[in-house]
Parts: sequence; C-alpha cells; structure tokens
Amino acid sequence: MVDAAKQSASEKPYLSIANIVKKFGDTTAVDGVTLDIQRKEIFALLGSSGCGKSTLLRMLAGMERPTSGQIILDGQDITKLAPYDRPINMMFQSYALFPHMSVADNIAFGLKQDKMPKGEIDARVAEMLDLVQMRKYANRKPYQLSGGQQQRVALARSLAKRPKLLLLDEPLGALDKKLRQQTQLELVNTLESVGVTCIMVTHDQEEAMTMATRIGIMSEGQLLQVGTPAEIYDYPNCRFTAEFIGDTNLFTGPVVVDEPDRVEIEAAELGGRIWIDHGITGPKGMQVWASIRPEDVRVDRDPVAAGPNAAKGSVAEIAYFGSYSVYHVKLGSGKVLKAMVPVNRWHEANLEPPTWGDQVYVSWRADMPVVLTR
Amino acid sequence: MNIQRLFKRLKPGRGAVISIPYFWLLLFFLVPFFIVLKISFAEQDLAIPPFTSLMNLEEGGLLHLTLNLGNFDFILSDDFYAKTYLSSLQTALFTTLMCLLLGYPIAYAIARTDPARRNVLLMLVMLPFWTSFLLRVYAWMGLLNENGLINSFLLAIGVINEPLMLFHNDFSLYLVMVYAYLPFMILPLFSHLVKMDGRLLEAASDLGAGPIKAFFTITLPLSKNGIIAGSMMVFIPAVGEFVIPELVGGPDTLMIGKVLWNEFFDNNNWPMAAAVATVMVLLLIVPIAFLHRFETRQLEGKGNE
Repeated sequence: MVDAAKQSASEKPYLSIANIVKKFGDTTAVDGVTLDIQRKEIFALLGSSGCGKSTLLRMLAGMERPTSGQIILDGQDITKLAPYDRPINMMFQSYALFPHMSVADNIAFGLKQDKMPKGEIDARVAEMLDLVQMRKYANRKPYQLSGGQQQRVALARSLAKRPKLLLLDEPLGALDKKLRQQTQLELVNTLESVGVTCIMVTHDQEEAMTMATRIGIMSEGQLLQVGTPAEIYDYPNCRFTAEFIGDTNLFTGPVVVDEPDRVEIEAAELGGRIWIDHGITGPKGMQVWASIRPEDVRVDRDPVAAGPNAAKGSVAEIAYFGSYSVYHVKLGSGKVLKAMVPVNRWHEANLEPPTWGDQVYVSWRADMPVVLTR
Repeated sequence: MNIQRLFKRLKPGRGAVISIPYFWLLLFFLVPFFIVLKISFAEQDLAIPPFTSLMNLEEGGLLHLTLNLGNFDFILSDDFYAKTYLSSLQTALFTTLMCLLLGYPIAYAIARTDPARRNVLLMLVMLPFWTSFLLRVYAWMGLLNENGLINSFLLAIGVINEPLMLFHNDFSLYLVMVYAYLPFMILPLFSHLVKMDGRLLEAASDLGAGPIKAFFTITLPLSKNGIIAGSMMVFIPAVGEFVIPELVGGPDTLMIGKVLWNEFFDNNNWPMAAAVATVMVLLLIVPIAFLHRFETRQLEGKGNE
C-alpha cells in the first residue's frame, strides 16, 4: 500500500486540483473542478466572464480560500497556504505594478521579501530585465511605460522568484488587438525559454488557441472539456464547447438508425437526416446534437443528389473575408446555416459566385459532423 | 505656441474661472496680511486706530517714512517669544502626530469597509461639526473638571478616593486638541486610501509580502500625499490655536494665540500683536513652501526621465 502510494507519487501530476468548490453566499462560483497539470505545461482556462475561471485562478494564488477540495503542487498541499507562502506568482490583469516604484524595484520586490542578498537581487533583476528586453527602462516608473512595456515588466516581476507555477490573469487583455497578436507568440517564447509551468485565464479563444498546450473550457463554474487546441476544436464534447470555440452549425434530433457503420439523426430543421459514419453509437430515439463546422459545408449551385447530409436553401447573407466568404444559407425550416467557402471555389469550377437570394445546395461528408449528447 | 494661443482664445471663460481663487486669495489673504505687516512696523499710540501711521507728509513736501523695527527686535531679544513659538510648534507637532497615529487606522478601516457602511462611518466622523466648536470644548470641560462627570463617576464607584487632575494640564490640552483636529486628519487620509487599488496589496502578497510588510512597502508610501495633506490641515491651525489652550490648557501653557490675544486686547498694543502674527505666518510659510517644493519636484519627475 505504501509502496503503491510512493510509486504513483512519482507519476503524479505536477499540479493537481481535486474537486475544488468555491461558494460566495448562495452562488457557486466554482463547482467541483478537478484538473491535473503537467510540468512545463501552458494551460489556458477559457470561458466567458463570470464562468468561474478567475475565481479558480485566485484560489490557486491563495487569494480565495476554497469552500472544499484540495490543491497539490509538486507534492505539497497548498490549499490552505497564504498567498505569500506559496511558490506561485501571478501576473495580474492590467498588471498591478507598484506605481511608486521603478521598474527594477518592482521586479526586485518579491526577491527582497525572500531576504535575498543584494548582489543576487541585482543579478536576478538584470537577468529578468534582459529576458523581457526592458533593461534600458530599469529606472522608469510604471506610468512612464506603454501598455506593452508594462505587460513585460509585470511578466518579469512574476517570473523573478522562479515560481513553481505562474498564473496569468488575462495576460494580454489590456493591449489593443494588433499588439496582442504580436505579443502572444513573444510571451509563449519567453515562457518556454524559462520553462515555467503556467496557467492562464482568458476569454479570448484565439489567445488560448495560440498560446496554450492544453485548454480547459469553463462554463458556470464547471470544467466542461480539457484537451489540446486541436482536440477541442475537432472533437468538442458538448454544445457549449462547439459553439464557444470557433463557429458551428448545430442540428438536433433523435437517433433513428444505429448501424455499425453509421448513425442517422432525424434533423427537423434540416428537413432530412444527418449521417455520421464515425464516433458514438446510441440508443434509438435518443436526443442528440450534430455539430457541423462552416468550413466543412460545401455549397453548390447545381442540385446535389437528394439524401442525407444535404439541403436546399437560399443565400441570405454573404460576409466577405478576402480569401474566403461566409454564406448564410436560409433553409426551408427557416434555420440559417453558415458555410465557409474559399474564394477560388467558384473560379476553379468556372462558375459565377452565388449572390443574395440565389438558390444553393449545401452538403457535407458523413465523416464531418460531430455528435454531441449534451 | 500658436496652438496654445489659439486654445486660449477658444476658451475665454477659462481665465475667468482660474482668476476666482486668485482673486479670493488676494482679497482675503494677501491684502489683510500686508495690512497686518504694515501695522507691525508702526508704534503704539493713544489714538483711533491705536498706532502711528508709517508715512507722514511733512512741510516742504518731504515724505517721511517711519519703520519701527522695535517690535521685531523685542520678539527676537526676549526669549519669552522664542519659547512661546517653540512651544506652539511643539504642541502643534505633537497634536499632529497623535492625530496621525489615531486617524490613520480609522481612515484605513473606513476606506476598507463596503461602500454602504462607509458613508455612515464618514458621517459619524463629520457629525461633531454639527455642534459649535466652542460648545464641544465646554462639554470637555464639564467632563474633565475636578467635580466633572468622569471624576464624579469614578469617585461614586470607589475606584479613586480623590479627584484625578484631568483638567488644566497638558493631558487635557492634548486630549481636546486631538479630539478637535482628528477629523481634519481622517478626511484627507481617507480620500487617498479609498482610491488605492486593492490589487496592489494582492500583488504584494503574491510576491511574498505578509500583511504588515505590504502595509509598510505599499499602502504607507502610496498614502504619503494624504499624510502630508492631513498633517498640514492639523498642524497649521493648531499652531495658532487659542480657544483650546485658553479653556482647557494649564496655566503655564505657552501658545502664540494666547500671546496675540494678550497683546491685542489686554495691552492694546496692536503693532506688537501684528508683529507676533507676522512672525507666526512666516513660521508657517516655511513648512508650506517646503511641501510645495516637494510636490513640484514630484510633478517635474513625472515629466522628466
């Protein structure tokens, strides 16, 4: 028993969050989250505002005490440790730099708390300034820096103590869009070069997809799905994830045929059946949803063979994005289906692109839809 | 430069708005001060007003200007005045320190409570202002008197056998001074503390600073301007305070306000009183000028670097 425990300890995840619950009065902000994080992972908690992701982060930092549950970091139970006793540092949303201290003093602050000798502090601060390329701004005050520079100082400050776990709260939320995209990769490179284990909270799916090795989707205090960006996009496990990450078309209906090689769903809104040749089997009559990504939908001007995974409709809206267009096709039921069509689709077929009001036929391959049961 | 001029021309009302406080200061501070300064150079006279005029047009069109430096000479030579000024500054300084030590935790606590309760607490701080200042000092007299409420109560329950000397000494002086000036310390401190971003303390805590360390490294430095403002609001009026030392202070309490009163009303020596007041204003201007320089240096620091 002891041996078994020891053995599993060595394989244990670096950070283990076990059944964490946080209640504020009657409202449950975090509702039983269990999550394991590996060393050097960059994990993104993604969700809309009020989903509990920030509360979860604050519990990791120690600023909120969980109502129940346990947090174990590198074999140490830190659930009840005060923030200043945790080997965890956080980069705050809009940075919370100390306005009365210079850049160097901000970075040195945490080191001074550890009573590090002055020479070592100076060396570490210099190292951190180089890491974020802010050496020549060492003596500036935070208000004398641009948003991007403040972000880098905040990063340097949170990395200075070499934390076992780095928390990033909306790390790029305060930057404008262009700077944000540029900073995303820069930030990932810095984090990877330091080799720090990292949990970030964001509401920006693009930011999560670009930066994280794994993503956890949160909604209403619960962790709905955890996976790599590709897994989450290609195999969402619920409607929330499917709709939250990227864009999708959802159809609902009962399972009418469940054969080894396919399932068929009677989708009223489509006015026909959806065939799916992979994935789950389910009892007949079970209510399920089929998610079809816009880029998987094919748009034709000529009628396609009648049958499953196809429908007729009229173009209600066209959004032009340069290399592709998104067609909003209104089906007979009134449901609008989005289809992403590459611009050269029509040129290659030597066809005039369909325009508003034109009748078109939409279809997709049977391996494209993802079946969702919740 | 041209743009600036254009800007000024576009807003003709701006100058007018800015001029109001300047006009106010000119009319009610600078002009009276120069009148007092003028009187301080005159000599006592048995006339109405009871001092000589500085300028006399003599026969032959000779304008005679008489500046009497005797009052200032007397203030400088008689160490009674030096002692009194020193004692006034000391009393004001000690009052300010006590107000700061008491007021800071109060202001901090009010700033940290939730906004609904905060207004009630602020109201309570300001509530004493609804009663006349003089009345409140008299109320203290009734409390601290030899046969006042406190002594009567303690005698009645048998804690003491004879009345405590709570009145007409340094204890009663500082007690009432601190009581009277405490709100002037709390309010500016509160307005600075309430603006402070709570996440800065979280950041300090996250970086390993315990609550006490975080207070001294973050909260205290960031409330520096509030401390300066509150201290000025207490210190400056406390130096010239007359009513409290007169009513509850000890017989040997030396305060410049009392000296002023004596010169003006008892000795009817207006020039002497004016000279005493002039020196006091100069004594107060020094710390204000120091503060002002300190603040401008900070502002310049923001522009430079």
